[in-house]
Amino acid sequence: MTAKNLIYDGTFDGFLSAVFYVFEQKLKTVTIQSEFTVQQGLFSENETIHTDEAKANRVWKGIKSKLSSQGSYQLYYAFLSEQSGVEDLLLDYIQYAFSQHKKVDKDYSHPSILKIAQIAKSVGREKHRMEAFVRFRLTKDAIYFSNIEPDFNVLPLIEKHFKRRYADQKWVIYDIKRNYGMFYDLQNVEVMQMDFPENFDFTKTNDAFFATQEFEFQKLWQDYFKATNIESRKNMKLHIRHIPKRYWKYLSEKQPN
Amino acid sequence: MSFQRTQEKLKILADAAKYDVSCSSSGSRRANTNKGLGDATGMGICHSYTEDGRCVSLLKILLTNHCIFDCAYCVTRKSNDVKRAAFKVQEVVDLTINFYRRNYIEGLFLSSGIFKSADYTMERLVAVAKKLRQEENFNGYIHLKSIPGASDELMREAGLYADRLSVNIEIPTEAGLKKLAPDKKREDFIKPMVKVKNEIIQYNAEKKIIKSTPKFAPAGQSTQMIIGASGENDFQIMQTSNHFYKNYNLKRVYYSGYVPISYDSRLPQIGSEVPMLRENRLYQTDWLMRFYGFDVSEILNEKHQNLDLDVDPKLSWALRNLHEFPVDVNTADQRMLARIPGLGMKSVFKIINARRFRRLNWGHLKKIGVALNRAQYFMVCESNQFEKRDLTPEKIKGFILQNSTSKYQKTLSNQLNLFG
Repeated sequence: MTAKNLIYDGTFDGFLSAVFYVFEQKLKTVTIQSEFTVQQGLFSENETIHTDEAKANRVWKGIKSKLSSQGSYQLYYAFLSEQSGVEDLLLDYIQYAFSQHKKVDKDYSHPSILKIAQIAKSVGREKHRMEAFVRFRLTKDAIYFSNIEPDFNVLPLIEKHFKRRYADQKWVIYDIKRNYGMFYDLQNVEVMQMDFPENFDFTKTNDAFFATQEFEFQKLWQDYFKATNIESRKNMKLHIRHIPKRYWKYLSEKQPN
Repeated sequence: MSFQRTQEKLKILADAAKYDVSCSSSGSRRANTNKGLGDATGMGICHSYTEDGRCVSLLKILLTNHCIFDCAYCVTRKSNDVKRAAFKVQEVVDLTINFYRRNYIEGLFLSSGIFKSADYTMERLVAVAKKLRQEENFNGYIHLKSIPGASDELMREAGLYADRLSVNIEIPTEAGLKKLAPDKKREDFIKPMVKVKNEIIQYNAEKKIIKSTPKFAPAGQSTQMIIGASGENDFQIMQTSNHFYKNYNLKRVYYSGYVPISYDSRLPQIGSEVPMLRENRLYQTDWLMRFYGFDVSEILNEKHQNLDLDVDPKLSWALRNLHEFPVDVNTADQRMLARIPGLGMKSVFKIINARRFRRLNWGHLKKIGVALNRAQYFMVCESNQFEKRDLTPEKIKGFILQNSTSKYQKTLSNQLNLFG
């Protein structure tokens, strides 16, 4: 049997449909790739997977029955990492889980399980960082707007947190790397895409778009940030470990005056 | 709100509040059920970090830095020549709400210098919290300082609006307090602490019968001690800390290395180093007490009154108790696993879970994330390779230090030179 390369549409349901196909066809040598990152293998045959919600749900239900709730959310977190090759790790994990009677998600000496747990941990860390580093800016039309550029696709994971917390204000969180965002209209959160003016600088607060008081509160926040530092305890290494430099550009307190 | 005036006050009153190290915003249970603003459930969030590496989670300010007391260690003491300012209640409310809406903070940590009297000051603090909860529908985190000597009625009201209350005992021993803060008495600190403790116990009992009992300080209370200002040794400090954990059900005791701010001859002079390494070792001991099942007397006692600076307290304990080792990671119970140097609680739980599937060897342990540099001398696993030499504690310590670099190398080598 030749090796197969299954290509799915990049969604979680698409990936689960591919897993369904692997089990249905009893495929032995197989890789799964998103259509956005396809690399042609030398000796493998490509096959495009049609996303089928019913099949995806069957696989997900099976996974949930085979793992603890922590195990199944780790799978989803690891999927959102979008790391190259993560689909094959996930497949290995899922096949191992279905082959055992015991729940295997705590089997940390199994290579795929430890690896997935580690990837899920870094996705979880980034989720938590985004909950911390989102900085809303009040626009002229009274919407609190924030742009982010996370390493992993964590927007679906942070939606609930912000919906619960900012129930009485309209807000947008926009992932400019993946070009989609979430908009909360005081009732529901919707996924949306926006067109920004050309050369729009996300690091600057432009008075054509943002409310006047926005500048004052940013200034107050910067002042507060400076005043609360203890100079004689300065420790830049620790500072950078907590806020890696790649996050600085959208943090108002880290902007040069 | 006049921007310029607020800006100036904020600079002064944030600067004066920064020596309070508590910044925790976790452990409360205040869900956003009323479509209001904010949600204080579950874990805390550090929204930023200052350049000294400390977390910024709350808007930490004083209501005022006018103070009638003259405590030597305090930057807002009466005799200190600094600019004074005072916020209006509404200004604090506006700042908190607007910072919170922009996702800068988890909530407010409000403290104050004592003006007029304890009750007068406490009343103002309570007024801010009340306004935030009742008028602004705010469910974020509020940490209020209990003013020493405040009345029971006010403390009860404070607990209804705040998530956490804290009163800093500042100096670990009564003798030290007498020397540095002659106006203050230990009883004044204890009084509000006892009231809050009793109210929390009562709340927990009542909640079992009536579910709608209004919450009382759901994130509990904490305190803080200054380290290195008044000559206490680590044994005295941790005994005091243990006493407060046990008798007042505190959530946290914070240790704050003294930052020299005064030329007072009773204190370390300006320019002397902040004892950050010592502070770190005290926190490690605190963790061993609260999460690792150690009794404080195992780590610090009459014979061993100060923590080693060159190795962590768990390793230091293990070196003094080599007869307890080696531990077999494939069979040992949780208590003993937690005592192996180089093993954190996360690794302990991973090991306990993973060994149900197969016996673990060095390769597994390394991948799980155990710090083998320290751990290898204290354990055996599924391998015939383990430390077979009968090493003395000094030898083991030497091997471990050889293979590690400490971020405190500079501080350490200075101290070691004294003996070298």
